[in-house]
Amino acid sequence: MKTLIKAGRVIDPANKIDAVMDILVEDSKISKIAKNIPVKADKVIEAQGKIVMPGLVDMHVHLREPGREDKETIQSGSQAALAGGVTSVLAMPNTSPAIDSKENIKILKTAIQKSAKVNCFICAAITKERLGAELTDIASLKKEGALAISDDGASVDNDDLMLEALKVAKKEGLPVICHSEDKKLTAYGVVNLGFTSTRLGLRGISAESEYKRVERDIELARQTGASIHIAHVSCQESLELIARAKKNKVRVTCESAPHYFTFSEEAVLGYDTNFKMNPPLRSQEDRLAIRKGLSSGLIDVIASDHAPHTENEKDIEFERSEFGVIGLETELAAVVTELIGNSLLDWSGLVMKMSLHPSRILGLNKGTLSVGADADIIVVDPGREWIVRKENFYSKSKNSPFIGRSLKGFVEYTLCQGKVHKWNS
Amino acid sequence: MGWTRKDLLGLEELSREELELILSTAESFKEVSTREIKKVPALRGKTVVNLFYEPSTRTRVSFEVAAKRLSADVINIATETSSVKKGETLIDTGRNIEALKADIIVVRHNCSGAAVILSRHVGLSVVNAGDGWHEHPTQALLDIFTLQEKLGRLEGLKVSIVGDIAHSRVARSNIWGLIKLGARVTVCAPKMLIPPGIEEMQVSVTDDIDLALKDADAVNVLRMQFERDGETAFPRQLEYFKEFGITQERLRKAKKDIIVMHPGPINRGIEMSSAVADGANSVILEQVTNGIAVRMAVLFLVAQANEQIKNHEDLN
Repeated sequence: MKTLIKAGRVIDPANKIDAVMDILVEDSKISKIAKNIPVKADKVIEAQGKIVMPGLVDMHVHLREPGREDKETIQSGSQAALAGGVTSVLAMPNTSPAIDSKENIKILKTAIQKSAKVNCFICAAITKERLGAELTDIASLKKEGALAISDDGASVDNDDLMLEALKVAKKEGLPVICHSEDKKLTAYGVVNLGFTSTRLGLRGISAESEYKRVERDIELARQTGASIHIAHVSCQESLELIARAKKNKVRVTCESAPHYFTFSEEAVLGYDTNFKMNPPLRSQEDRLAIRKGLSSGLIDVIASDHAPHTENEKDIEFERSEFGVIGLETELAAVVTELIGNSLLDWSGLVMKMSLHPSRILGLNKGTLSVGADADIIVVDPGREWIVRKENFYSKSKNSPFIGRSLKGFVEYTLCQGKVHKWNS
Repeated sequence: MGWTRKDLLGLEELSREELELILSTAESFKEVSTREIKKVPALRGKTVVNLFYEPSTRTRVSFEVAAKRLSADVINIATETSSVKKGETLIDTGRNIEALKADIIVVRHNCSGAAVILSRHVGLSVVNAGDGWHEHPTQALLDIFTLQEKLGRLEGLKVSIVGDIAHSRVARSNIWGLIKLGARVTVCAPKMLIPPGIEEMQVSVTDDIDLALKDADAVNVLRMQFERDGETAFPRQLEYFKEFGITQERLRKAKKDIIVMHPGPINRGIEMSSAVADGANSVILEQVTNGIAVRMAVLFLVAQANEQIKNHEDLN
């Protein structure tokens, strides 16, 4: 089976390519990239005027399986990923049961094999049941295929235990993804602490609850030499700490999500729970700092933190509603609209943050269009505007803050392992 | 300009004109309660449902009296004895009330924003009777109505609000309303009970009660809810009275005819002394009386607006 992607603008920063080229895919691999490939292909994708780039690698996704198949399944979540141009996801371990043992990884791998439509990689838990009390057998989790460890949704509060986890992770060569939050400081808050929380009469979450824990996690990484990745950075202070740590050669990377560079806390003023997530939307200054951090390169990765919840859990009283929003199907367009559209990022920058860097952090041989690489490729119409509609989501859950918004950048084709999917609406 | 909102959810979103319209409507309804037959047919054939998720006697009774004086039928739902106890959600309960062809839901809820969320899911009118720490618009309206009645104006008045500002929906609604109507507002509380960013509501902030009383035309004293104690840092009752309690002695240093208000129920000897509560400056019982007129006005205006909205939809 030969597929030819014809005359698209190919963006492949790993190979320093930004030029109009053809790409030939044979079965599941890229077999040739050149200015003009005269070949009789089984399928030709005319990509004139389109962007051709590596499929996105989203390193922060909650697929909810096993345990909460009412919110999302591997099948529905990976279908949403495909439609969003995401060809690889890292599944977070806060499932039920948590991915905290060899056995549970095996169960998850079987489920992935059965129903995943994109490459699903596994992040395992740092502590058993993610309770922060007892370390998992990190070495055996790695052996079973985990690419990273995280208690995402919770931070390991105990400093000694976290130190121990980092030592083992360092030895095993596994990155540790930090959900940096001191829940004692969060104190049942639901929105950013400040005038907005006061106006809404809701409990606030201070930026301190995040950056104090970022500070600790960085310090432990410095002591151990382990690689840490700070998930969902939302505030300016965290960025300053990360910048300093990078300067001091601490092995730290970080990510932010489209909602943090698109919205600020004012979005919550109508008590719309599709803007309720943890960490919360912060101030206008924080939003600008995130944008600046993305533009400058300080923030390595954009990930969705795709967190599906049912309408019953979401469309209720604000303080009782679940934290989190879906993002797989809107992240690319959000970046095109907000960052490329405002010249904060170029296409190569997008590919780096959404494909190449996450691949490197996770040790994946993805994020590039090299000959011989997996044919995970997307074709994007950069100018096409579309309106985000609830009824068009492939995800089982619809809790998106982008509903009703007009976004630019439409994924026309997703090739995952060479298999072609075309998107119309 | 007329009233066009089907709901009253808070005072933050109202314009000065809308506030003034409620106040003037209340003024004309106030007379009804002085008649021998205390009833007008304004809401005859309408059904008002009081949906209370928090225990409340005075607000619920005030709404009930107001609705009955407008000739509406009133149904009270206390959630302890309803299907809410069986796990029904706020939105489902609201939809069921709508299916009964009721016209107005008066909702009291412990979650901030509950009335806003409910109003998004039902077509009938929603009147917020207090939601969490967010707003209690009719309480603020009756406070403001009483002030205007007593002092003849609102523009330029100095009003101090004393007590647990952080957890008070009464404070928030009063601030929004008073500021829009041209009053100057000071909030006074121990620092731990001042919520962050409150200055952005254009109020002055102090923790000195004598400063708050000095030059004030009125002081609105909030109920201290010591049952919150243990949840966050909170002052002790006796300490609070010593530092912030309104006493005759403190009032002697204030304007002679300063107006003392309280949304009730009072903790005598904690927020204010009995002598102040029952004294010449206190308008606490007049507030209760005015509450009926203000709530009649609100019920009337939202019902009328919603009827117009529905007629308009029918035409289209």
